[in-house]
Amino acid sequence: MRIEVDPDRCAGSGMCALTDPDVFDQDEVDGTVVLLDPTAVGHEDQAREAAHLCPAGAIKVVEQ
Amino acid sequence: MTETLDSGSPSALDGIPLEREHRLNPPAVLGELRTTEPVARLRFPDGHLGWLITSHELARAVLADRRFSSRSELRHSPVRVGGQVSPRPQPAKPGMFIGMDGEDHARYRKLLTGQFTVRRMNKLKPRIEQIVADHLAALRAAGPGADLVREFALPVPSMVICELLGVPYEDRDEFQRETRTTFNLDNDFEVIMAAFQRIEAFVADLVRRKHDEPGDDMLTGLIETGELTDEEVANMGLLLLVAGHETTANMIGIGTLALLEHPEQLQALREDPTLIDNAVEELMRYLTIIQLGPSRVALEDVEVGGVVIAAGDNVLISAPAVNRDPKRFERPDELDFRRSATGHLGFGHGVHQCLGQQLARIEMRVAYHALIREFPDLRLAVPAAEVPMRSDMAIYGVHSLPVAF
Repeated sequence: MRIEVDPDRCAGSGMCALTDPDVFDQDEVDGTVVLLDPTAVGHEDQAREAAHLCPAGAIKVVEQ
Repeated sequence: MTETLDSGSPSALDGIPLEREHRLNPPAVLGELRTTEPVARLRFPDGHLGWLITSHELARAVLADRRFSSRSELRHSPVRVGGQVSPRPQPAKPGMFIGMDGEDHARYRKLLTGQFTVRRMNKLKPRIEQIVADHLAALRAAGPGADLVREFALPVPSMVICELLGVPYEDRDEFQRETRTTFNLDNDFEVIMAAFQRIEAFVADLVRRKHDEPGDDMLTGLIETGELTDEEVANMGLLLLVAGHETTANMIGIGTLALLEHPEQLQALREDPTLIDNAVEELMRYLTIIQLGPSRVALEDVEVGGVVIAAGDNVLISAPAVNRDPKRFERPDELDFRRSATGHLGFGHGVHQCLGQQLARIEMRVAYHALIREFPDLRLAVPAAEVPMRSDMAIYGVHSLPVAF
């Protein structure tokens, strides 16, 4: 799987960084999503959960 | 058009049901609606014919859909205030981005999101622990029979907001007194409005002072962006105050009642403090204190769950009903700290989802954790049925919670 994020859509709620801080972080200045690990190896379920929880639809999981 | 055709429709609910059969459960009629009519017609007090949504899936869809607006001036009030039908709201004041859409909303929100990140809020934890410890000491000093709301649940979020906004120590007593007056509905409407105006004036003055005496706080941070007028900064500060005070305070108060009414869950949490994160999510889901919303307004005709919501129609979501939807949560009426309650809509959904949610989570975790650790014999000082509930308030909870220990 591959994760894609769109900081322009991000509302900075922090749900992704809360759900899996190994895969997602937040920008220090504007709090928008920062993708730490686009493959999320070993964290697939959490990454899917984060995409589902994202209130702004800023996270996409592409299953390969 | 729809309004004319459906006016007087016997099936429209006349106002949102608020009467509860049990103090910790939403009104049963909302659960019935979720089964029979998850998108139901709702008559607002001013006569507007809108909609009430009780399904989790459909609520999520509406909140994520940008064809539904948050603009203040498009809304109809879902309740009477002081027995009166409220006039249509004015457009949001500069900085009050909760009542704005699109770029207007995003511009303000983005200036704050960096200050509310998970990491920033975690850094505040030691300070929050200190505030919680101070107020638990005050609760103990007040002795058995003390009101946990007055001594603990209300002042903790108030002090945290003071910390964030950078209210000087010497002003905090006054600030607390005024906020307490504002949120105490035993007071007359005029008394409450006068106190709120003093808070507005206080925050406006604080913003002016921050120009000369900048601090390590949010108001200073907003001023230093150089993108905002003082009026915008002050309104953003007021928004944070209003959004972050009564909500968290009521969760601490009614959350404590829920813990005391579910001794097996309380015991599980005492035995395994690592359950606290789950416990907070589950209490948010189970108690869902936002009982009059969130709400949105259709900007164009939109189909939701097989019905067409017409442009201009107000849509009220019953968050308490949505968070008890059995299609989303198994055994929804059970409080269970071992379940994963994530995905509840207690903080809303969509681009307006609660900005302060990571702060609220930490406040609740610290508050519940310290309370049950420091008070191993905590119990109600009155029968549970006598605890005064905030039945007709926008934010549900307990008016007071007399405890013994």
